[in-house]
Amino acid sequence: MLKSSLGLIALSSLLLSGTAFAQEKIKVGVTATLEGTYTVLGEDGMRGHQTALNVLGKKIGDKELEFIVASTDATPDSAVRAVRKLIEQDKVQILLSPLSGDEGIAVKNFAKTHPELTFVNAASGAQETTYVDPAPNFFRYNMDGAQWQVGLGKYAYETKGYRKIATVGEDYSFIYTQVFGLVLEFCGAGGQVTNRQWVPLGTKDFASVIAALPDDVDAIYLGLGGADAVNFLNQYQQAGGKAHLMGGSIMIDQTILSSKGSAKNALIGTIAASGQADTWEDPGWQKFVKAYQDSFPESKRFPSPSLLATNYYGSTMALILALRQVNGDLSNNQAKLKDALAKIEIDAPNGKIKLDANRQAIGTNFVTEVVDDGKGALFSKVVKVIPNVNQTLGYDPAVFAKIGLPSRTVPECKKY
Amino acid sequence: MSLLQSTQFRPDPSTSTTRRALLRAWPEFQNPAAWLVALILVIMPLIANGFFLIEIFATTLILGVIALSLMFLAGYGGMVSLMQLTIAGFAGYMVAVFGVSGNANISLGWPWWLATPMALALATLFGTLGGALAVRTEGIYTIMITLAIGAAFYYFTNQNWAIFNGHTGINTVATPHFWGVDWRTDIAFYYVTLGVAAICYFAVQYVSRAPFGLALQGVRDNPRRMAALGFNPNAHRIAAYAFAAFIAALGGVLQVWNYRQISPGSVSVGACIDVLIIAVVGGITRPIGPFIGALIFVLLRTFALDVLIKLGLDGNRFRLLIGLGFLAIVFWSSDGVIGLWERWRRRNASSTQRSGGGRHG
Repeated sequence: MLKSSLGLIALSSLLLSGTAFAQEKIKVGVTATLEGTYTVLGEDGMRGHQTALNVLGKKIGDKELEFIVASTDATPDSAVRAVRKLIEQDKVQILLSPLSGDEGIAVKNFAKTHPELTFVNAASGAQETTYVDPAPNFFRYNMDGAQWQVGLGKYAYETKGYRKIATVGEDYSFIYTQVFGLVLEFCGAGGQVTNRQWVPLGTKDFASVIAALPDDVDAIYLGLGGADAVNFLNQYQQAGGKAHLMGGSIMIDQTILSSKGSAKNALIGTIAASGQADTWEDPGWQKFVKAYQDSFPESKRFPSPSLLATNYYGSTMALILALRQVNGDLSNNQAKLKDALAKIEIDAPNGKIKLDANRQAIGTNFVTEVVDDGKGALFSKVVKVIPNVNQTLGYDPAVFAKIGLPSRTVPECKKY
Repeated sequence: MSLLQSTQFRPDPSTSTTRRALLRAWPEFQNPAAWLVALILVIMPLIANGFFLIEIFATTLILGVIALSLMFLAGYGGMVSLMQLTIAGFAGYMVAVFGVSGNANISLGWPWWLATPMALALATLFGTLGGALAVRTEGIYTIMITLAIGAAFYYFTNQNWAIFNGHTGINTVATPHFWGVDWRTDIAFYYVTLGVAAICYFAVQYVSRAPFGLALQGVRDNPRRMAALGFNPNAHRIAAYAFAAFIAALGGVLQVWNYRQISPGSVSVGACIDVLIIAVVGGITRPIGPFIGALIFVLLRTFALDVLIKLGLDGNRFRLLIGLGFLAIVFWSSDGVIGLWERWRRRNASSTQRSGGGRHG
């Protein structure tokens, strides 16, 4: 009698604890630009995130991850609003946010008001986010815009023989960071950047920009993204533009290369640099591309993942692996998780990634050239792989600090 | 009914003269529903947690204050100004520029009690100057001029780095901290917002029945006759713009304290039009309208995505739901939610007692 009732109690407590554990969830808030100019980028970012969940699963020991998505429109205000909603209403414990450059700066500053939570950057790439006054609970597993341009300047100067270029870019922090990386290297090699044009994010009419493009340059660098890039290419083609082009990381990307219409054909042969190359032979990359393609029907994805999908994949992967290392332990203001995140080294599809003292990624960069695969689809073909790119781009930190923060006019076109 | 003081002047024949004067000025004092709403608002921190308190109710009050300034201009002055949010944003930027923020190279670092009045004064000046430009026009031309001011300001902030820090905007704006209280903690900030909203609400209501407000309504209805009576219609209109600008500026200061950052997205053309939507959906005939409109707007903006996903639909289309909501309200009631409610009250009143009907002119 006693035995059987004891057994019953043991059994029921086991069952109870079982259900209690099964219900324990770790809530993670995700933001993506599902509105505005960068909608396409946000959507593909979410595909990358979903691919990571399909590959890695949502289980952390006996806990399960629950993801809550909020939408932004690439403005810092919308990002702060979305993050606040996730924290205050949905009570998320971890943030996977945000996508775009200025959003990153705003969310990093916001992260300081919630030191107990953990923020994993999803894809934003402004330099300032982790370089100036970084937040101790903000981790970035993708490189910044300047790191993503490493190799392009030298390749343009030495292999392509470009001597003078002009730039057109969206007028905000991420593109400043990209142009920063390009100018440092290109001018360092001896090239000249004669003209830098800046257009507001969300520009529809590029007529005046195209008219003002100088004729006496060897190539024009385009730092545009999303709808802006497609609009520019359409209008550039209609205006009969024929210059050599160079592209930024979100310009030469599947978000543009697989857009509808023929305007993208202006990009064939364009050289670019980015944190990924569509046709890289690496088995890890090929496996990721396959997983991405298997996760979604062909009409609802790009032929190959965009940089945003790769970034969301990498950040989701880092978060899940770190959570598994600490077995989902979020006690003591998530101290163990933060420690694990800072130390973790991930085998991301686009190469090994580890963090520096500012919790900024050190990773691999790719110089690419746009090719037609013969069936009308465009891909970026890798021409050069540069491993171990750090945030100071190989410069001595003291020298790098003297260059100043990326802006419309910084850096000057000279050898530092 | 008397919670909602109409823009139309309505004498109430039933009370003694002093009481009548008081009631004419503050008709909500005799309405139990108004007291109930006030009570709920005051004890809100006991009911709502941080998210609902700040993200829903405080945000509603802030947007309501900004829309109230538009309601004042449109309802009493007949001038639809799309630059009210721009004025609010200007005040917010000035708080960030004169006060303390994370961008030390831009912010002058004044204490809040110096920076805030400065911001209010400059924003009021800005609104008055904009108004002085706009009063020479009427109807759609006023809308166009004020929209142009709003759009110009948006692009200016987007591209000016010396003062407005471009697309990045100004981050980590300091909030007031005195008497040992951090006024940006949820409950304290809620009360600050509620206090400012209440002051603005009663101020608009008071002004609407003060001689200035009555003259303004006269200017709205027949400027030529008012001019013949010796009033200066343009001066009245500019004064109305100045008053509305001050209210909008208060809302802007609260907004920058709320988010602790400001960037061009806060003053975009879309956001300017949001304020118009709020005022129109709520109803521009009474000061309470903008607050009701703001509540609906904030609820839709916050929860539309969740609702769509709960229903198993594509969450990416949540803007559509917001649009449909507004379309429905405007379709069934051209004067907003206030109009719907008023009609419902009137139908009820006329079915229960005959004498209740016909009050509304």
